[in-house]
Amino acid sequence: MYTFSSKLKTFAFVLMVLGALGVGYSFFTAPKTLDDAKAIIEAEHAHGHGAEAHGDAHHDDAHHAEAAHDAHAEHAETVVVEKTEAEVAATAHDSVGAAEIKAETDTVHATATAEAGHEGHDHDAHAEAAHAGHDAHAGHEAHAAHDADHHAEHVFHQLQNKPWAAVYVAALFFFLISLGVLAFYAIQNAAQAGWSPVLFRVMEGITGYLVWGAAIVLALLVAGVLQIHHIFIWMDPEVVAHDHLIQGKTGFLNGPFFLIRAVVFMGGWIFYRYYSRKLSLAQDEATDNLSYKKAFKAAAAFLVFFIVTESISSWDWIMSVDPHWYSTLFGWYVFASFFVSGITTIALITLYLKSRGYLEYVNTSHIHDLAKFMFGISVFWTYLWFSQFMLMWYADIPEEVTYFKMRIENYNLPFFGMVALNFVFPVLILINTDFKRLSWIVTLAGIIILTGHYIDFYNMIMPATVGDQWFIGAGEIGAVLFFLGLFIFVVFTTLTKQPLLAKRNPLIEESKHFHY
Amino acid sequence: MSSHYEAPIRKPLIIGDKNYHDVTVDVARPVEGRANKQWWIAFAISLTAFLWGVASVAYTVGHGIGTWGSNKTVGWAWDITNFVWWVGIGHAGTLISAVLLLFRQKWRMAINRSAEAMTIFSVVQAAMFPVFHMGRPWLAFYVMPIPNQYGSLWVNFNSPLLWDVFAISTYLSVSLVFWWTGLLPDFAMLRDRAITPFTKRVYSILSFGWSGRAKDWQRFEEVSLVLAGLATPLVLSVHTIVSFDFATSVIPGWHTTILPPYFVAGAIFSGFAMVNTLLIIMRKVSNLEAYITIQHIELMNIVIMITGSIVGVAYITELFVAWYSGVEYEQYAFLNRATGPYWWSYWLMMTCNVISPQVMWFKKIRTSITVSFVISLVVNVGMWFERFVIIVTSLHRDYLPSSWTMFQPTWVDAGFYIGTIGFFFVLFLLYSRSFPVIAQAEVKSIMKTSSETYKKLHAAHAHDDHSHSEHNHH
Repeated sequence: MYTFSSKLKTFAFVLMVLGALGVGYSFFTAPKTLDDAKAIIEAEHAHGHGAEAHGDAHHDDAHHAEAAHDAHAEHAETVVVEKTEAEVAATAHDSVGAAEIKAETDTVHATATAEAGHEGHDHDAHAEAAHAGHDAHAGHEAHAAHDADHHAEHVFHQLQNKPWAAVYVAALFFFLISLGVLAFYAIQNAAQAGWSPVLFRVMEGITGYLVWGAAIVLALLVAGVLQIHHIFIWMDPEVVAHDHLIQGKTGFLNGPFFLIRAVVFMGGWIFYRYYSRKLSLAQDEATDNLSYKKAFKAAAAFLVFFIVTESISSWDWIMSVDPHWYSTLFGWYVFASFFVSGITTIALITLYLKSRGYLEYVNTSHIHDLAKFMFGISVFWTYLWFSQFMLMWYADIPEEVTYFKMRIENYNLPFFGMVALNFVFPVLILINTDFKRLSWIVTLAGIIILTGHYIDFYNMIMPATVGDQWFIGAGEIGAVLFFLGLFIFVVFTTLTKQPLLAKRNPLIEESKHFHY
Repeated sequence: MSSHYEAPIRKPLIIGDKNYHDVTVDVARPVEGRANKQWWIAFAISLTAFLWGVASVAYTVGHGIGTWGSNKTVGWAWDITNFVWWVGIGHAGTLISAVLLLFRQKWRMAINRSAEAMTIFSVVQAAMFPVFHMGRPWLAFYVMPIPNQYGSLWVNFNSPLLWDVFAISTYLSVSLVFWWTGLLPDFAMLRDRAITPFTKRVYSILSFGWSGRAKDWQRFEEVSLVLAGLATPLVLSVHTIVSFDFATSVIPGWHTTILPPYFVAGAIFSGFAMVNTLLIIMRKVSNLEAYITIQHIELMNIVIMITGSIVGVAYITELFVAWYSGVEYEQYAFLNRATGPYWWSYWLMMTCNVISPQVMWFKKIRTSITVSFVISLVVNVGMWFERFVIIVTSLHRDYLPSSWTMFQPTWVDAGFYIGTIGFFFVLFLLYSRSFPVIAQAEVKSIMKTSSETYKKLHAAHAHDDHSHSEHNHH
């Protein structure tokens, strides 16, 4: 039996406390009113610190002017995009079908008329498409003054989103890691793998976090639907009212259905986790292989459920933060990201437990196999990343390429940096057979991979929620520390509940004597 | 490699009372014996089809591409459909020899040789379409970046059609090397058994002087592993590049990011179906039932079921995202597939690819040879229609309604396609009579862990002494 060392437990608590402080601080310092936001912008301009944010702010002004000139062509498409980047929006009209443009310009004209003369009203930032149309009619003198307000409003909403988005990214990341481990566990069961049964209890320990992670992510999704935060702009009725494209998606993107789906998906995953764990423990005490066979069937059924629900949940929880953008590959891309993170986590926790003398039968061959998976799935992730990116870059269809244009212009380092972290380093480090058997190498590669995939999730969520106002500060680091602490606490507590070696698994002998 | 201990729940992969010599004899028999009448009949039919294909190609080259049913709107139809179909079929061979090797699947050993042969023969068929669908195939060498007298006029590396050239040629050469390396010990076996000076000479040349020393074997295994490691990304990238032909375009129904992994999944799906078709016949006519067992067929059926489900998820994803995108062209492309003039091909594809593999969830069905054979054919029909649907239905109605049209193949289209099927079987039939169709050296390596004989011995032994750990060190 494993005993949770008091040092590690203290460490987990320290992480949680530090993390909570960081998160609390970021919520505390987020602007409460529009004037706060203006003050922050002023300060940024005055001090000229934070080169990127500063430079981009200027950029953004320039783009606004440009956008206004093009305003006849502007349409509702720009709502989201303009939140983050006006210039892209200006080109976006090319792509939309002729009929759509007509319909949308009609909408803009209509709203613009309605809005005319409502200057000074506290416009919702999301009604920007209307502003764009309005600007064109109102002429350029009014524009400059108006634009500053306009910009401040953007920034205000982005800064308000920032602490929430930081918590959401970290919550999702750790939850999906345990889901990735669950998928790996199911695959190992369904494939009747002979090498991995000695690691089953470690995997079951990690998936112990699933229910906690699900609860937190679900709470954040409910908070979104209740308009407590604005990570998902399609949840805002104001936005939907002005957004032709989102209106077309409300059959799928609506609060109740969204939450029902989340509950069903999470419920299904948690049920499989609970059921397979029960069978795995029952097999230890059994005299026949009945539980093993049930677990085999359950794994197959889960994998079918998983492939469908995983895709839909990534559209729901991640893709829909950019509700105008879509990619068919997205679900599988997200899967590759958290699957490799899950396998990496198994390797890291196995190495830790082994170093404490807990996993008698785990040898370097098991580590070698895990490292091969880390290597292989890292390459697979890159394949999907590249496929998605290259196809959009190549075809250059404005309505979808905005997604990458935004990221390359405003998130250049994280966007390309993660490719180095998730592909270049793991490939170079883990290609050598001898290296894959060295604990410190696997740990090093593991830390790089996990960092890289956190940044991957960061890149997926942040551009749509905080735009060019991103930086990795107290909120982001705090959220990661908090969830890391919670993850460690829950996982290692689960590990203490049962012996670390599955006793009567029919493949356990193969696994104990596994040598590659 | 892997440990010698095998869990008792694993079923034997070599059934019957076989020893090492039996394996040799069983594998060598079809090569050393004479062809029977059925073989000659099959060969004659294939050859006729092949010759008809040669005639169709000659006619195309002589008279021009206008002899085909393609038109100004539908510039790609059967040519590229068949190309993608053949490349797809070829993928299972590499998958079986490379991916299953990386995953240490011992059952691959009985089927990898034939699967790789199938890869090579189908890539050869596939490679003909890119050449002969050209308007001026005699200028095909222009696709190569060769220094020349036109001020060194170069190719544009931005086209996925050029990437195809590199992908397919690399794929063919790597597969060929991988296959041939594996054949060396087996050709040596045939060389050593040869009775006539002619066969002795032939297999001596083919086996490159393989003598089977420890050092040779060690390097042989390392090379196999490295090649498997290279062939796996290759197999993924080749069909990915083929999918780029469509996905990089701006055509609604073509431009979708899921195509790369979805084409790869479809390739594995159709390729395994083809392997199943061929091996179900081969195990019977070459008396190899002891090596290609029901378990092998069942496992291939499971792969078909899994990849079929992945393809199904991709279909649903495409449909959903077409709706979700809010782009009416995208939405119409899918509406047109389901309800347009080619609705029958879409529903045929859906039935064959999404529904048919799902029957494999029933053990009774996936362990039935007859049903497996039928499904394997159904899948290949379905996968042909998948490519047809993607290519033709996306082209015949796209942005401008004034350019909408229909596509009707001619006898030349059909002749070329049937010709490649004939050519494929000509090659495969010749292969099955002159090559060791089972990698006997590999099969012998699992004899002591996975053959029925040894499994019984182990069981009897384990009964004698109850110590499990002792048992593991045989």
